Amino acid sequence: MLTFSPAKGQILDVLSDIGAEIGKQTGALTPEQAEAIKKAGKAVNKTFEAITPEQEYYIGRTVGAVIINKYPPYDNDQANRYLNLIGQSLAQFSDRPETFGGYHFLLMDSNEINAFSAPGGLIFISRGMLNCCKDEDALAAVLAHEIGHVQHQHGLQAIKKSRLNSAFTILATESAKQFGGQDLKDLTTAFEGSINDITSTMMNSGYARSCEKEADKTAVEIMKRAGYNPNGLTEMLMEMKKHLKPGGLDFAKTHPSPDSRIKDLTKLIGPYQRVTMPVKRQARFISETGN
Amino acid sequence: MKIKKLFSGCLVTTCLIAAAAIAADNSKMMSVQVKTTSLRNSPSFISKACATLAYGDRVEVSSTKGPWSKVNTQKGATGWVHTSALSPKKIVLKSGQETAQTRASNDELALAGKGFNSDVEGEFKKQHKNINFIWINKMEKMRVTSAEMQRFLKEGSITPREGGAK
Repeated sequence: MLTFSPAKGQILDVLSDIGAEIGKQTGALTPEQAEAIKKAGKAVNKTFEAITPEQEYYIGRTVGAVIINKYPPYDNDQANRYLNLIGQSLAQFSDRPETFGGYHFLLMDSNEINAFSAPGGLIFISRGMLNCCKDEDALAAVLAHEIGHVQHQHGLQAIKKSRLNSAFTILATESAKQFGGQDLKDLTTAFEGSINDITSTMMNSGYARSCEKEADKTAVEIMKRAGYNPNGLTEMLMEMKKHLKPGGLDFAKTHPSPDSRIKDLTKLIGPYQRVTMPVKRQARFISETGN
Repeated sequence: MKIKKLFSGCLVTTCLIAAAAIAADNSKMMSVQVKTTSLRNSPSFISKACATLAYGDRVEVSSTKGPWSKVNTQKGATGWVHTSALSPKKIVLKSGQETAQTRASNDELALAGKGFNSDVEGEFKKQHKNINFIWINKMEKMRVTSAEMQRFLKEGSITPREGGAK
């Protein structure tokens, strides 16, 4: 038997429509006011999924700028070019190869073990993280994990619901006109809050364990499709375990332990098998990264 | 009387079929939702690009293969685009192009540049002069072409799984 069970959001939409209609019919509201209430009612039910790729792009640019403000870039054209050759090739094998502004990768001049992905595809890897990679497949694993976060929009999911409510309500009630004055200020406040939600999650509290697991799973899939050995991820985690310092402010704080990630990986790809690297691939890894 | 009923019945059926045909036709129209993307000769990123599509361009999807859509552009070109670059919404690029319909249904239309946009980024920059965007702009210029990717993978003896991207 077919049954209709509307989602909570749909019920709220209907209620706001009914309320607005009653207000209009009784003369308590003008038609314009009633329309604004209907739209605002719909707006507050929206989630991060209502953020358009273009808006995601602008959020990502600013998240990236905040990251760079804290971790200066490693200004090395050769190494960054190599990073982009691996990363942009890998992104083509993800389920979301096309984002508004595309995928771009940058090394950060920091010995902390860190990697960040801003919404939309701006990805940052620290030199400390690069030092955990002994070959190209291990580096590919780090990049594929970050692409996984972009694909699943984990950054956008960190934005508090109240922040999105404010933004979507402004947008819904002021649908047509160009923004200016107070509207722009209010929207910028919501934007600023969203950036803060994302960066504080990435840099301080870390994503939920389920998100990290999902990003590792996606990394394995991307690596397999591209032709890299997913055991590269296991090798990177084994190396990371040696470098992480207890109480550190980097991956030690924001990510599940390498051991638990390796345990989960074993369920996906079977027991660890040593990665054998073609001579040319290893030679270019050493010459391009200096590792 | 019977003829009249039959006639009105046929009319209703015809209208329903026409409406269904229009709906089916509309569902095939998609918009490019990324800054730019390539129209390719075959459904693969390693396939040669035959044209470039820009944000908001409307395309008609004639068939799909996995995550790829075969499309006809308004300029008469035909090729393949990865479906993640497409949106079923009509994207209105300029505020002047907005119609009453835009206000009626946000689910069918999207206004480009609405919401978190360059104006909001500009306002944010004014309030946070210490946050520098120079490297973000540099990053966006770091681009790798399909040909360079193929060469890179080949030189590293990296063989993508058949079918490549999903």
